[in-house]
Amino acid sequence: MPYHVDRRDFMKLAGIGGAVFASGLGLPKAAGAAVQQDFFFVQLSDTHWGFAGAPNPEAANTLKRAVAAANALARQPDFIVFTGDLTHTTDDAQERRRRMAEFRDIVSALKVKDVRYIPGEHDASLDRGAAYQEFFGKPNYTFDHKGIHFIALDNVSDPGALIGESQLAWLSADLAQLKRDQPIVVLTHRPLFDLQPDWDWATRDGAKAVELLTPFANVTVFYGHIHQEHHHMTGRIPHHAATSLIFPLPAPGSQPKRAPLAWDPAAPFKGLGFREVAARTSGPALGIEELPLNKG
Amino acid sequence: MSRFAFALGAILVGAAALAAALPGIAQSERVVRITAKKYEFDPPKVTLKRGEPVVLELTTLDRVHGFKLPAFGVRADVAPGEVARVRITPDAAGKFDFLCDSFCGSGHEDMDGEIVVE
Ligand SMILES: [Cu+2]
Repeated sequence: MPYHVDRRDFMKLAGIGGAVFASGLGLPKAAGAAVQQDFFFVQLSDTHWGFAGAPNPEAANTLKRAVAAANALARQPDFIVFTGDLTHTTDDAQERRRRMAEFRDIVSALKVKDVRYIPGEHDASLDRGAAYQEFFGKPNYTFDHKGIHFIALDNVSDPGALIGESQLAWLSADLAQLKRDQPIVVLTHRPLFDLQPDWDWATRDGAKAVELLTPFANVTVFYGHIHQEHHHMTGRIPHHAATSLIFPLPAPGSQPKRAPLAWDPAAPFKGLGFREVAARTSGPALGIEELPLNKG
Repeated sequence: MSRFAFALGAILVGAAALAAALPGIAQSERVVRITAKKYEFDPPKVTLKRGEPVVLELTTLDRVHGFKLPAFGVRADVAPGEVARVRITPDAAGKFDFLCDSFCGSGHEDMDGEIVVE
């Protein structure tokens, strides 16, 4: 069956309308392992359902607005992934479950029914992922989609921001089955590298995961946690942080504290948004485009 | 804090972990006690002298917290009923942030403090 592509929309996604194609991701066509069909997915992150405070007076509406924005895309993605901090943390175990149930209800309005989740520390760190797993299942898993191998890594169920030895062993065993040119996308919450350790923007054993991934030629990491777009290379592996859907945080080290950026009544939802990731069979494998939530 | 300072600090993690695990402390070392609770360190600001070895003794009044001082490449888990010890010798004047690096709840992101070296 021919794959339906809205030409104009995809051209926009594929680089003409501002999408950035990750560097170093040209796939050798002869290599065998490659993206099998053009497609795209959407990354939403850090929705913090249950948050209340001055940094977002529209907190009760922001997630619904994001769902509506995703539903309004001219071409619907193959799937949507939420990269953690679905809910804002609470010490009350019942309230935590109430927030997760409400989050699940709200996102059930997404037109796309293939929705995947990974936890953030707000979801999982206080009970080692117990409530999260009741609602959203395993915090680490893999799946394959049209030639790309996706790996969801959990670096938050341990409150010390550890992936942990057993999950690293699981990752190592998974990678052992793959060809070195296999396109791989890693989805995780915290940065796997030391972005800003004095702001807790790190994964304590993230370097071990990066080391396991380093032999592979086509790895890309998408994550959240830092509430802003950010791009960084470790060796040949690009790491792309997504904007949040609750409040933006300052650029790493740009101010003494990592306090949320103030809500701007003149530009509501400024700094919030989500991301489309396009996968292509030729040229650079992945293109990304950031979609602001306050775009008119 | 410069990237260079951090890189140096990272190399010292192993030594620091060793220091934190030491059962006792030498008589001559200065001891500074820091208490952790949701969501603050007490005192939040600690002043140290350049070149003077110090043992930071960390305890918690409620739940597990973390203590991380990135510029010195040291960290420790601070668990109820235990005393965590971190040994440092500041070799440069300046201000260095420390923070809780074990997620502890809704105020976790604000749980930090400062070491001032004179
Ligand atoms: Cu804490």
